[in-house]
Amino acid sequence: MARWGLVIDLDRCTGCQACVVACKHENNVPFSTPDTVAEGRLMTWVQLVAVERGGRFSVLPLMCQQCDRPPCTDVCPTSATYLNPEGLVAQVYPRCIGCRYCTNACPFAVKVFNWVAPEWPASMAAMKNPDVSVRPKGVVEKCTFCHHRLMQARERARLEGRDATGEDYVPACVQTCPAEAMVFGDLDDAHDPAAALAASPRAFRWMEDLGTRPKVIYLREGE
Amino acid sequence: MSQPEIQPIVDPILTVGPSFRRWAVVLGAVVAWSITAWVWQLVHGLGATHLGRPVYWGLYITNFVFFIGVSHAGTLISAILRIVHAEWRRPITRMAEVITVLVLFFGVGNILLDLGRPDRALNVFLHPHLRSPLLWDVSSISVYLTCSTIYLYLPLIPDIAVLRERTSGWRRWLYQHLAIGWTGTPAQWHRLEKAIGVMAILVIPVAVSVHTVVSWVFAMTIQPMWHSSIFGPYFVVGAIFSGIAAIITAMVIVRKVYGLEAYLKPVHFNNLGILLLVMCCLWFYFTFAEHLTAWYAHEPNELTVFDAKLFGRFAPLFWAMFVFCFVVPFAILANNRTRTITGTLVASISVNIGMWLERFTIVVPSLSNPRAPVHTFIYSPSWVEWSLMAGCFAAFALLYMGFTKLFPIISMWELAPEPAVAPIGPAEAPAAPKPPLNLAEA
Repeated sequence: MARWGLVIDLDRCTGCQACVVACKHENNVPFSTPDTVAEGRLMTWVQLVAVERGGRFSVLPLMCQQCDRPPCTDVCPTSATYLNPEGLVAQVYPRCIGCRYCTNACPFAVKVFNWVAPEWPASMAAMKNPDVSVRPKGVVEKCTFCHHRLMQARERARLEGRDATGEDYVPACVQTCPAEAMVFGDLDDAHDPAAALAASPRAFRWMEDLGTRPKVIYLREGE
Repeated sequence: MSQPEIQPIVDPILTVGPSFRRWAVVLGAVVAWSITAWVWQLVHGLGATHLGRPVYWGLYITNFVFFIGVSHAGTLISAILRIVHAEWRRPITRMAEVITVLVLFFGVGNILLDLGRPDRALNVFLHPHLRSPLLWDVSSISVYLTCSTIYLYLPLIPDIAVLRERTSGWRRWLYQHLAIGWTGTPAQWHRLEKAIGVMAILVIPVAVSVHTVVSWVFAMTIQPMWHSSIFGPYFVVGAIFSGIAAIITAMVIVRKVYGLEAYLKPVHFNNLGILLLVMCCLWFYFTFAEHLTAWYAHEPNELTVFDAKLFGRFAPLFWAMFVFCFVVPFAILANNRTRTITGTLVASISVNIGMWLERFTIVVPSLSNPRAPVHTFIYSPSWVEWSLMAGCFAAFALLYMGFTKLFPIISMWELAPEPAVAPIGPAEAPAAPKPPLNLAEA
């Protein structure tokens, strides 16, 4: 079984935020305005954050780190968030009671809560992705590595009478990245480019000293 | 001989005065207002609060921890005093135990207020995840609520039987059912005392576990200044501290309103004041240890929260907490001359305010300063949150008042003088059930 991971090369990343926009559209992430940001209610599954490492700042595209030892799933009282066999941290929206314990337990602060029912300007109403459910108010959501795309890839592969491989499935952010800074794949497959990059000496995981074993791997810039 | 003695306790149960009505109307209005706020929140969701990312928890969780803390008032204190045969406890146990049972509902209620999807609260039972400290909370609070309700009810039975004989109509019907056939035979006394003795011992570890588990909701995460191994005992000490303060406050009010000066004497306030002083010193010790270790180690994320608490945005709340929890009560209670009824009341109100601030400055500063450098904001609760908090306090007071109109707020049968059995109280001496028997038959 695959263990999906994402490698982000900070030397290639230009900080253009195309991944942020692609993700919002792909996943029907609710619309946010500067006012909602000021209230601390920005809805986004990926955002750029400036992180100080060894005396200099790096800008990281930050999404759910899909930890192999996720602190958020342990604390969920209803198993609405759990680690699935492929290493994806799943969110079951209909089961979530909205206690927000997982959002508080996540050291990366990447889980967001639907404080209000999602809203889009009228001009955007027709742009919703029919493959992704719109979340109701009162539940937690976050990056799923575009899990719906994996389901579709499996379906396609099954129709073609073969097994799905890493080439069949990429998340929207990876597909969109104009600088090709993001590589997605099966970290357990030695032939997968993502696995090879994850073993690079430039590779690091953010806050890896916390022992949560993220599967989002960054490649250090400037060497 | 006991007839005139218990009359002042029975009288206020059966009569409702104008000042009771006035207070009931005022408190009822506050509760009605908070129900409006609650409906507003149900319609608009948690958007009605001022919570956001990363301050996902605020006033409701603060109140949850505070109320669960106050619940240690009763059961734990009355059980410990019962076991160590502290005879002066007799007139105050009932008052304390009622606080415990009532306040637990508001602790649980605040968790429900905090849920984004209260309609799915039952998922906690339908799909329980045993590794979640919130589920540990659900378990231990349910056990505690059950135990403390039984522990409140058992010693009530002989008193209910007394009321059964003195009332008619719906009250008689109610007391008849609640007295479950109590006639005061020696066999019944024997069984009752045995049951109370068992519950008194059982309830102590349950009470300790409850507040330990509440602290673990925070301590089990790896968030700065939450992930602390002393949180369990620190929260238990804080809980007993605020619990005693709540008892003293209730005692002063009940004593004044129902004219029970003959039962609640200065010695009770003095003794509870000394207990409060001991807890005050313990609280200082834990607070000092907790903050010294965070500061000395200089772990950057811990230090950010530490600075925000002691010198930054939360400093006014933190130092107010320190004054209310330590400076004021210590100054009053350490002095024999000021450890009067008024003095202990002032100290108790101060402790209650301070302990609420302590809960707030544990919950919010850590969340406001997360490890990840995401956009943060200044949390100040919305009108809905404040209204629901006011509603909780008003509803608690209302229910407490209601209890005093249904049941004796002082345990009548336990007031029996016991010169004959000096070293052992009747409650713990199944071999000597005579004194309560005499009283009940009188």
